[in-house]
Amino acid sequence: MKAPAFDYARPASLAEVFDLLEQHGDEAKLLAGGQTLMATLNMRLSQPGILIDITGLNEPALTGIRSDGGLLSIGALVRHREIERSEAVAAQVPLLAQAVPHVAHIAIRNAGTFGGSVAFADPAAEYPACLVALDATIVLVSRAGERKVAARDFFKALYETELRPSELVARGEIAVQKPGYRSVFMELARRHGDYAIVGIAAHGKVAGGVLSDVSLAYLGVGGIPVLARQAMAALEGQAYSTDLVGAAQRALAGDLDPAADLYSSGATKMHLARVLTGRALAALAEGA
Amino acid sequence: MSGKRQTAITVNGVTENRAVEPRMHLIDYLREECGLTGAHAGCEHGVCGACTVRVDGDIVRGCLTLAVATDGRRVDTIEGLSDSGEIADLQQAFHEHNALQCGFCTPGMLMAAQDLVREMPDASREEIREYISGNYCRCTGYQAIVDAIEAVLKARKAKGAAPQALKVVK
Repeated sequence: MKAPAFDYARPASLAEVFDLLEQHGDEAKLLAGGQTLMATLNMRLSQPGILIDITGLNEPALTGIRSDGGLLSIGALVRHREIERSEAVAAQVPLLAQAVPHVAHIAIRNAGTFGGSVAFADPAAEYPACLVALDATIVLVSRAGERKVAARDFFKALYETELRPSELVARGEIAVQKPGYRSVFMELARRHGDYAIVGIAAHGKVAGGVLSDVSLAYLGVGGIPVLARQAMAALEGQAYSTDLVGAAQRALAGDLDPAADLYSSGATKMHLARVLTGRALAALAEGA
Repeated sequence: MSGKRQTAITVNGVTENRAVEPRMHLIDYLREECGLTGAHAGCEHGVCGACTVRVDGDIVRGCLTLAVATDGRRVDTIEGLSDSGEIADLQQAFHEHNALQCGFCTPGMLMAAQDLVREMPDASREEIREYISGNYCRCTGYQAIVDAIEAVLKARKAKGAAPQALKVVK
Protein backbone atom coordinates (compact mmCIF):
# COMPACT_ATOMS: atom_id res chain seq x y z
CA MET A 1 0.00 0.00 0.00
CA LYS A 2 2.87 2.33 -0.77
CA ALA A 3 2.84 4.39 -3.94
CA PRO A 4 5.08 3.24 -6.79
CA ALA A 5 8.18 5.32 -7.56
CA PHE A 6 7.65 8.47 -9.59
CA ASP A 7 9.38 11.74 -10.25
CA TYR A 8 8.01 14.98 -8.85
CA ALA A 9 7.93 18.56 -10.05
CA ARG A 10 6.43 21.63 -8.43
CA PRO A 11 6.27 24.27 -11.15
CA ALA A 12 5.72 27.90 -10.24
CA SER A 13 3.96 28.96 -13.43
CA LEU A 14 1.39 27.62 -15.88
CA ALA A 15 3.99 27.87 -18.68
CA GLU A 16 6.17 25.40 -16.79
CA VAL A 17 3.17 23.09 -16.31
CA PHE A 18 2.53 23.09 -20.08
CA ASP A 19 6.24 22.40 -20.72
CA LEU A 20 6.15 19.43 -18.38
CA LEU A 21 2.91 18.10 -19.85
CA GLU A 22 4.37 18.28 -23.35
CA GLN A 23 7.64 16.75 -22.28
CA HIS A 24 6.15 13.80 -20.38
CA GLY A 25 2.86 13.17 -22.21
CA ASP A 26 0.95 10.20 -20.84
CA GLU A 27 3.58 9.63 -18.15
CA ALA A 28 2.55 12.81 -16.36
CA LYS A 29 -0.26 13.23 -13.84
CA LEU A 30 -1.32 16.50 -12.28
CA LEU A 31 -1.30 16.53 -8.48
CA ALA A 32 -3.39 19.06 -6.58
CA GLY A 33 -4.82 18.08 -3.19
CA GLY A 34 -4.07 14.45 -3.98
CA GLN A 35 -7.01 13.12 -1.97
CA THR A 36 -8.08 10.84 -4.80
CA LEU A 37 -4.83 10.50 -6.73
CA MET A 38 -2.70 9.50 -3.74
CA ALA A 39 -5.20 6.81 -2.73
CA THR A 40 -5.17 5.36 -6.26
CA LEU A 41 -1.35 5.45 -6.31
CA ASN A 42 -1.19 3.75 -2.91
CA MET A 43 -3.41 1.01 -4.27
CA ARG A 44 -1.26 0.85 -7.43
CA LEU A 45 -4.22 1.54 -9.66
CA SER A 46 -2.09 4.05 -11.52
CA GLN A 47 1.64 4.27 -12.14
CA PRO A 48 2.61 7.69 -13.53
CA GLY A 49 6.24 8.54 -14.32
CA ILE A 50 5.96 12.02 -12.90
CA LEU A 51 3.59 13.98 -10.69
CA ILE A 52 3.26 17.65 -11.52
CA ASP A 53 2.25 19.34 -8.27
CA ILE A 54 0.20 22.39 -9.23
CA THR A 55 -0.47 23.60 -5.69
CA GLY A 56 2.49 25.98 -5.95
CA LEU A 57 0.86 27.91 -8.77
CA ASN A 58 -0.17 31.40 -7.86
CA GLU A 59 -2.20 32.03 -11.00
CA PRO A 60 -5.35 34.12 -10.58
CA ALA A 61 -7.05 31.96 -13.22
CA LEU A 62 -6.89 28.92 -10.93
CA THR A 63 -7.20 30.37 -7.45
CA GLY A 64 -9.75 32.04 -5.24
CA ILE A 65 -13.50 32.44 -5.11
CA ARG A 66 -14.73 35.52 -6.99
CA SER A 67 -18.08 37.04 -7.74
CA ASP A 68 -18.38 39.05 -10.92
CA GLY A 69 -21.23 39.95 -13.23
CA GLY A 70 -23.74 37.49 -11.81
CA LEU A 71 -21.24 34.63 -11.89
CA LEU A 72 -19.44 33.02 -8.99
CA SER A 73 -16.07 31.67 -10.06
CA ILE A 74 -14.33 28.97 -8.06
CA GLY A 75 -10.67 28.33 -8.85
CA ALA A 76 -9.46 24.79 -9.42
CA LEU A 77 -7.02 25.06 -6.53
CA VAL A 78 -9.67 26.15 -4.02
CA ARG A 79 -9.89 23.55 -1.28
CA HIS A 80 -13.19 22.01 -0.18
CA ARG A 81 -12.85 23.57 3.25
CA GLU A 82 -12.57 27.05 1.73
CA ILE A 83 -15.81 26.45 -0.15
CA GLU A 84 -17.39 25.20 3.07
CA ARG A 85 -16.33 28.38 4.89
CA SER A 86 -17.12 30.80 2.07
CA GLU A 87 -19.90 33.25 2.78
CA ALA A 88 -20.06 34.08 -0.93
CA VAL A 89 -20.73 30.44 -1.82
CA ALA A 90 -23.34 30.09 0.92
CA ALA A 91 -25.17 33.22 -0.23
CA GLN A 92 -24.78 32.94 -3.99
CA VAL A 93 -24.59 29.21 -4.79
CA PRO A 94 -26.29 27.55 -1.83
CA LEU A 95 -26.48 24.20 -3.64
CA LEU A 96 -22.70 23.88 -3.51
CA ALA A 97 -22.61 25.01 0.13
CA GLN A 98 -25.09 22.24 0.98
CA ALA A 99 -23.05 19.66 -0.92
CA VAL A 100 -19.61 20.32 0.56
CA PRO A 101 -20.17 18.79 4.02
CA HIS A 102 -20.88 15.51 2.23
CA VAL A 103 -17.39 15.46 0.69
CA ALA A 104 -15.45 12.90 2.76
CA HIS A 105 -14.13 14.24 6.08
CA ILE A 106 -12.61 17.47 7.37
CA ALA A 107 -9.00 16.25 7.14
CA ILE A 108 -9.65 15.42 3.49
CA ARG A 109 -11.59 18.62 2.81
CA ASN A 110 -8.56 20.56 4.09
CA ALA A 111 -6.48 19.20 1.20
CA GLY A 112 -8.78 18.16 -1.66
CA THR A 113 -9.55 20.74 -4.33
CA PHE A 114 -12.51 21.83 -6.42
CA GLY A 115 -10.61 21.28 -9.67
CA GLY A 116 -9.45 17.85 -8.62
CA SER A 117 -13.00 16.70 -7.97
CA VAL A 118 -14.15 18.06 -11.34
CA ALA A 119 -11.22 16.61 -13.30
CA PHE A 120 -11.36 13.20 -11.66
CA ALA A 121 -15.12 13.07 -12.33
CA ASP A 122 -16.04 10.31 -9.93
CA PRO A 123 -19.65 9.32 -10.66
CA ALA A 124 -20.46 9.55 -6.94
CA ALA A 125 -18.75 12.93 -6.44
CA GLU A 126 -20.83 15.88 -5.28
CA TYR A 127 -19.56 18.85 -7.31
CA PRO A 128 -20.09 17.35 -10.77
CA ALA A 129 -23.79 16.75 -10.05
CA CYS A 130 -24.16 20.27 -8.65
CA LEU A 131 -22.46 21.80 -11.69
CA VAL A 132 -24.72 19.81 -14.02
CA ALA A 133 -27.85 20.79 -12.06
CA LEU A 134 -26.83 24.46 -12.14
CA ASP A 135 -25.85 24.37 -15.83
CA ALA A 136 -22.45 25.74 -14.83
CA THR A 137 -19.45 26.29 -17.08
CA ILE A 138 -16.08 24.64 -16.66
CA VAL A 139 -13.14 26.70 -17.83
CA LEU A 140 -10.16 24.76 -19.16
CA VAL A 141 -6.73 26.23 -19.81
CA SER A 142 -3.92 25.15 -22.11
CA ARG A 143 -1.01 26.94 -23.76
CA ALA A 144 -3.45 27.99 -26.47
CA GLY A 145 -5.55 29.84 -23.90
CA GLU A 146 -8.83 29.18 -22.20
CA ARG A 147 -11.89 27.38 -23.49
CA LYS A 148 -15.24 27.03 -21.80
CA VAL A 149 -17.28 23.86 -21.71
CA ALA A 150 -20.78 23.49 -20.29
CA ALA A 151 -20.75 21.12 -17.32
CA ARG A 152 -23.58 19.27 -19.04
CA ASP A 153 -21.15 18.44 -21.89
CA PHE A 154 -17.98 18.08 -19.83
CA PHE A 155 -18.72 14.73 -18.20
CA LYS A 156 -18.77 12.15 -21.01
CA ALA A 157 -18.48 8.66 -19.53
CA LEU A 158 -17.08 6.92 -16.46
CA TYR A 159 -13.93 8.95 -15.53
CA GLU A 160 -14.00 10.41 -19.04
CA THR A 161 -14.30 14.14 -19.57
CA GLU A 162 -13.75 16.83 -22.21
CA LEU A 163 -10.35 17.54 -20.65
CA ARG A 164 -7.51 17.09 -23.16
CA PRO A 165 -4.05 15.88 -22.14
CA SER A 166 -2.62 19.37 -22.69
CA GLU A 167 -5.26 21.06 -20.50
CA LEU A 168 -5.97 21.80 -16.86
CA VAL A 169 -9.25 22.62 -15.21
CA ALA A 170 -8.88 26.32 -14.37
CA ARG A 171 -12.14 27.05 -12.59
CA GLY A 172 -15.88 26.66 -12.52
CA GLU A 173 -18.25 29.50 -13.32
CA ILE A 174 -21.68 29.25 -11.74
CA ALA A 175 -24.61 31.64 -12.14
CA VAL A 176 -25.54 33.28 -8.86
CA GLN A 177 -28.87 31.91 -7.61
CA LYS A 178 -31.72 34.16 -8.75
CA PRO A 179 -34.46 35.49 -6.46
CA GLY A 180 -37.29 32.99 -6.03
CA TYR A 181 -35.02 30.03 -6.68
CA ARG A 182 -34.12 27.39 -4.13
CA SER A 183 -31.53 24.63 -3.90
CA VAL A 184 -31.47 21.27 -2.18
CA PHE A 185 -28.64 18.77 -2.01
CA MET A 186 -29.13 15.36 -0.40
CA GLU A 187 -27.34 12.06 -0.51
CA LEU A 188 -27.55 8.64 1.04
CA ALA A 189 -24.37 6.94 2.22
CA ARG A 190 -23.80 3.96 4.47
CA ARG A 191 -21.53 5.99 6.74
CA HIS A 192 -20.83 9.70 6.95
CA GLY A 193 -18.19 10.65 4.41
CA ASP A 194 -18.49 7.50 2.33
CA TYR A 195 -19.14 7.68 -1.37
CA ALA A 196 -22.84 8.20 -1.89
CA ILE A 197 -25.07 5.30 -2.88
CA VAL A 198 -27.32 7.86 -4.54
CA GLY A 199 -27.47 11.62 -4.29
CA ILE A 200 -29.53 14.45 -5.74
CA ALA A 201 -28.76 18.06 -6.60
CA ALA A 202 -32.00 19.99 -7.08
CA HIS A 203 -32.48 23.60 -8.07
CA GLY A 204 -35.53 25.50 -9.24
CA LYS A 205 -37.99 28.32 -8.90
CA VAL A 206 -40.82 28.14 -6.39
CA ALA A 207 -43.59 30.76 -6.51
CA GLY A 208 -46.83 30.28 -4.62
CA GLY A 209 -46.20 26.55 -4.45
CA VAL A 210 -45.70 26.28 -8.21
CA LEU A 211 -42.45 24.75 -9.42
CA SER A 212 -40.71 25.91 -12.56
CA ASP A 213 -37.32 25.71 -14.21
CA VAL A 214 -36.47 22.81 -11.88
CA SER A 215 -33.31 20.85 -12.58
CA LEU A 216 -32.60 17.53 -10.93
CA ALA A 217 -29.14 15.95 -11.27
CA TYR A 218 -28.33 12.58 -9.71
CA LEU A 219 -25.01 11.17 -8.57
CA GLY A 220 -24.11 7.54 -8.02
CA VAL A 221 -26.61 6.29 -10.60
CA GLY A 222 -24.38 5.95 -13.65
CA GLY A 223 -20.97 6.73 -15.11
CA ILE A 224 -21.61 10.47 -14.97
CA PRO A 225 -24.02 12.83 -13.23
CA VAL A 226 -27.44 12.30 -14.77
CA LEU A 227 -29.86 15.12 -15.52
CA ALA A 228 -33.41 13.77 -15.13
CA ARG A 229 -35.05 15.58 -18.05
CA GLN A 230 -38.32 13.63 -18.02
CA ALA A 231 -38.88 14.15 -14.31
CA MET A 232 -37.99 17.81 -14.78
CA ALA A 233 -40.55 18.11 -17.58
CA ALA A 234 -43.20 16.50 -15.39
CA LEU A 235 -42.65 19.20 -12.77
CA GLU A 236 -42.64 22.25 -15.04
CA GLY A 237 -45.29 24.78 -14.09
CA GLN A 238 -47.05 22.41 -11.68
CA ALA A 239 -48.14 23.09 -8.12
CA TYR A 240 -46.34 20.97 -5.56
CA SER A 241 -48.43 18.05 -4.31
CA THR A 242 -47.92 14.43 -3.41
CA ASP A 243 -49.44 13.51 -6.77
CA LEU A 244 -46.89 15.66 -8.53
CA VAL A 245 -44.07 14.01 -6.59
CA GLY A 246 -45.47 10.63 -7.65
CA ALA A 247 -45.50 11.75 -11.28
CA ALA A 248 -41.88 12.88 -11.08
CA GLN A 249 -40.87 9.64 -9.38
CA ARG A 250 -42.55 7.61 -12.11
CA ALA A 251 -40.96 9.73 -14.83
CA LEU A 252 -37.53 8.87 -13.42
CA ALA A 253 -37.95 5.46 -15.06
CA GLY A 254 -37.16 7.19 -18.34
CA ASP A 255 -34.18 9.10 -16.93
CA LEU A 256 -32.25 6.72 -14.73
CA ASP A 257 -31.08 3.17 -15.26
CA PRO A 258 -28.65 2.67 -12.39
CA ALA A 259 -26.28 -0.28 -12.49
CA ALA A 260 -25.51 -2.21 -9.31
CA ASP A 261 -22.41 -1.33 -7.31
CA LEU A 262 -20.68 -3.49 -4.71
CA TYR A 263 -23.39 -2.92 -2.12
CA SER A 264 -26.62 -1.97 -3.84
CA SER A 265 -28.55 -3.46 -6.73
CA GLY A 266 -29.77 -1.28 -9.56
CA ALA A 267 -33.32 -1.67 -8.27
CA THR A 268 -32.28 -0.49 -4.81
CA LYS A 269 -30.56 2.55 -6.28
CA MET A 270 -33.62 3.34 -8.37
CA HIS A 271 -35.81 3.07 -5.27
CA LEU A 272 -33.47 5.30 -3.28
CA ALA A 273 -33.32 7.84 -6.12
CA ARG A 274 -37.12 8.07 -5.96
CA VAL A 275 -37.06 8.41 -2.17
CA LEU A 276 -34.53 11.24 -2.42
CA THR A 277 -36.58 12.86 -5.18
CA GLY A 278 -39.58 12.99 -2.86
CA ARG A 279 -37.57 14.44 -0.02
CA ALA A 280 -35.77 16.96 -2.22
CA LEU A 281 -38.98 18.20 -3.85
CA ALA A 282 -40.63 18.57 -0.46
CA ALA A 283 -37.65 20.57 0.79
CA LEU A 284 -37.64 22.65 -2.39
CA ALA A 285 -41.37 23.42 -2.11
CA GLU A 286 -41.37 24.13 1.59
CA GLY A 287 -38.07 26.00 1.68
CA ALA A 288 -35.59 25.23 4.39
CA MET B 1 13.70 9.32 -12.33
CA SER B 2 12.44 9.41 -8.77
CA GLY B 3 15.73 10.54 -7.28
CA LYS B 4 15.69 11.93 -3.77
CA ARG B 5 14.81 15.57 -3.23
CA GLN B 6 16.12 17.88 -0.60
CA THR B 7 13.41 19.15 1.75
CA ALA B 8 13.25 21.54 4.68
CA ILE B 9 10.16 20.69 6.70
CA THR B 10 9.44 22.27 10.07
CA VAL B 11 8.36 19.38 12.26
CA ASN B 12 7.00 20.36 15.67
CA GLY B 13 8.89 23.62 15.45
CA VAL B 14 12.26 22.19 14.36
CA THR B 15 13.37 22.46 10.73
CA GLU B 16 14.39 19.07 9.38
CA ASN B 17 16.67 19.08 6.33
CA ARG B 18 16.36 15.70 4.69
CA ALA B 19 16.54 14.18 1.22
CA VAL B 20 13.42 12.10 0.57
CA GLU B 21 12.06 10.08 -2.31
CA PRO B 22 9.06 11.73 -4.02
CA ARG B 23 6.95 8.64 -3.38
CA MET B 24 7.38 8.85 0.39
CA HIS B 25 4.19 9.72 2.26
CA LEU B 26 4.30 12.29 5.02
CA ILE B 27 3.31 9.60 7.54
CA ASP B 28 6.30 7.42 6.59
CA TYR B 29 8.60 10.43 6.57
CA LEU B 30 7.54 11.25 10.14
CA ARG B 31 7.72 7.69 11.38
CA GLU B 32 10.79 6.42 9.57
CA GLU B 33 12.91 9.50 8.90
CA CYS B 34 12.08 11.54 11.99
CA GLY B 35 11.39 8.69 14.40
CA LEU B 36 8.02 10.19 15.36
CA THR B 37 5.86 7.08 15.66
CA GLY B 38 2.87 8.67 17.36
CA ALA B 39 0.86 9.04 14.18
CA HIS B 40 0.06 5.61 12.78
CA ALA B 41 -0.10 4.22 9.25
CA GLY B 42 -3.43 2.40 9.20
CA CYS B 43 -5.38 1.89 6.00
CA GLU B 44 -3.01 3.94 3.82
CA HIS B 45 -5.80 5.13 1.57
CA GLY B 46 -7.35 7.94 3.54
CA VAL B 47 -10.20 6.14 5.24
CA CYS B 48 -9.20 5.41 8.84
CA GLY B 49 -7.69 8.68 10.10
CA ALA B 50 -4.94 7.05 12.21
CA CYS B 51 -2.30 9.10 10.33
CA THR B 52 -3.90 12.49 11.03
CA VAL B 53 -1.32 15.28 11.43
CA ARG B 54 -1.39 19.04 10.93
CA VAL B 55 0.12 20.83 7.95
CA ASP B 56 0.24 24.61 8.35
CA GLY B 57 -2.31 24.29 11.15
CA ASP B 58 -4.89 22.18 9.31
CA ILE B 59 -5.44 18.48 9.97
CA VAL B 60 -4.71 16.27 6.96
CA ARG B 61 -4.15 12.62 6.11
CA GLY B 62 -0.48 11.72 6.45
CA CYS B 63 -1.00 8.83 4.03
CA LEU B 64 -2.48 11.03 1.28
CA THR B 65 0.19 13.72 1.54
CA LEU B 66 3.64 13.48 -0.03
CA ALA B 67 6.51 14.53 2.21
CA VAL B 68 8.06 16.50 -0.70
CA ALA B 69 4.82 18.46 -1.03
CA THR B 70 5.26 19.76 2.53
CA ASP B 71 8.70 21.21 1.76
CA GLY B 72 8.88 24.63 3.38
CA ARG B 73 5.77 24.05 5.42
CA ARG B 74 5.05 23.41 9.08
CA VAL B 75 4.00 19.95 10.23
CA ASP B 76 2.75 19.23 13.73
CA THR B 77 2.28 15.76 15.14
CA ILE B 78 0.76 14.28 18.26
CA GLU B 79 4.23 14.46 19.86
CA GLY B 80 4.32 18.23 19.38
CA LEU B 81 0.80 18.78 20.67
CA SER B 82 1.45 16.49 23.62
CA ASP B 83 4.78 18.05 24.61
CA SER B 84 3.48 21.60 24.38
CA GLY B 85 0.56 20.79 26.70
CA GLU B 86 -1.92 21.95 24.06
CA ILE B 87 -4.02 18.81 24.43
CA ALA B 88 -3.29 17.91 28.05
CA ASP B 89 -6.95 18.24 29.00
CA LEU B 90 -8.06 16.07 26.08
CA GLN B 91 -5.54 13.39 26.99
CA GLN B 92 -6.71 13.46 30.61
CA ALA B 93 -10.36 13.27 29.54
CA PHE B 94 -9.69 10.32 27.20
CA HIS B 95 -8.03 8.55 30.13
CA GLU B 96 -10.84 9.32 32.57
CA HIS B 97 -13.62 8.33 30.18
CA ASN B 98 -11.93 5.13 28.97
CA ALA B 99 -11.97 6.65 25.49
CA LEU B 100 -9.25 4.29 24.29
CA GLN B 101 -8.54 0.61 24.50
CA CYS B 102 -5.83 -0.57 22.11
CA GLY B 103 -4.78 3.03 21.43
CA PHE B 104 -4.06 2.67 17.71
CA CYS B 105 -6.56 5.34 16.67
CA THR B 106 -5.92 7.59 19.66
CA PRO B 107 -3.21 9.93 18.25
CA GLY B 108 -5.31 10.64 15.15
CA MET B 109 -8.45 10.89 17.24
CA LEU B 110 -6.79 13.45 19.51
CA MET B 111 -5.61 15.51 16.51
CA ALA B 112 -9.18 15.57 15.16
CA ALA B 113 -10.62 16.25 18.63
CA GLN B 114 -8.29 19.21 19.20
CA ASP B 115 -9.24 20.58 15.76
CA LEU B 116 -12.90 20.30 16.72
CA VAL B 117 -12.40 21.96 20.09
CA ARG B 118 -10.66 24.89 18.38
CA GLU B 119 -13.15 25.23 15.53
CA MET B 120 -16.48 24.39 17.14
CA PRO B 121 -16.45 25.21 20.85
CA ASP B 122 -20.24 24.84 20.95
CA ALA B 123 -20.43 21.48 19.17
CA SER B 124 -23.32 19.19 20.07
CA ARG B 125 -22.82 15.43 20.52
CA GLU B 126 -24.13 14.97 17.01
CA GLU B 127 -21.62 17.48 15.66
CA ILE B 128 -18.82 15.79 17.59
CA ARG B 129 -19.76 12.50 15.96
CA GLU B 130 -19.77 14.11 12.55
CA TYR B 131 -16.41 15.79 13.13
CA ILE B 132 -14.67 12.58 14.15
CA SER B 133 -16.43 10.50 11.49
CA GLY B 134 -13.16 10.40 9.54
CA ASN B 135 -11.37 8.65 12.41
CA TYR B 136 -12.12 5.00 12.93
CA CYS B 137 -11.98 3.31 16.33
CA ARG B 138 -12.54 -0.44 16.35
CA CYS B 139 -12.55 -0.82 20.17
CA THR B 140 -14.62 1.74 22.01
CA GLY B 141 -17.81 2.10 20.02
CA TYR B 142 -17.16 5.88 20.08
CA GLN B 143 -19.53 6.62 22.99
CA ALA B 144 -16.68 7.17 25.44
CA ILE B 145 -14.74 9.25 22.92
CA VAL B 146 -17.73 11.54 22.42
CA ASP B 147 -18.10 11.72 26.22
CA ALA B 148 -14.46 12.74 26.62
CA ILE B 149 -14.58 15.42 23.92
CA GLU B 150 -17.86 16.75 25.27
CA ALA B 151 -16.35 17.00 28.74
CA VAL B 152 -13.40 19.01 27.40
CA LEU B 153 -15.68 21.34 25.43
CA LYS B 154 -17.61 22.07 28.62
CA ALA B 155 -14.49 22.47 30.73
CA ARG B 156 -12.76 24.81 28.27
CA LYS B 157 -15.91 26.87 28.00
CA ALA B 158 -16.17 27.12 31.77
CA LYS B 159 -12.62 28.50 31.79
CA GLY B 160 -13.68 31.23 29.39
CA ALA B 161 -12.68 31.66 25.77
CA ALA B 162 -10.17 28.97 24.98
CA PRO B 163 -6.77 30.48 24.17
CA GLN B 164 -6.45 28.05 21.26
CA ALA B 165 -9.54 29.42 19.53
CA LEU B 166 -7.65 30.66 16.48
CA LYS B 167 -10.30 30.45 13.82
CA VAL B 168 -13.89 31.50 13.87
CA VAL B 169 -16.42 29.38 12.04
CA LYS B 170 -19.65 31.06 11.29
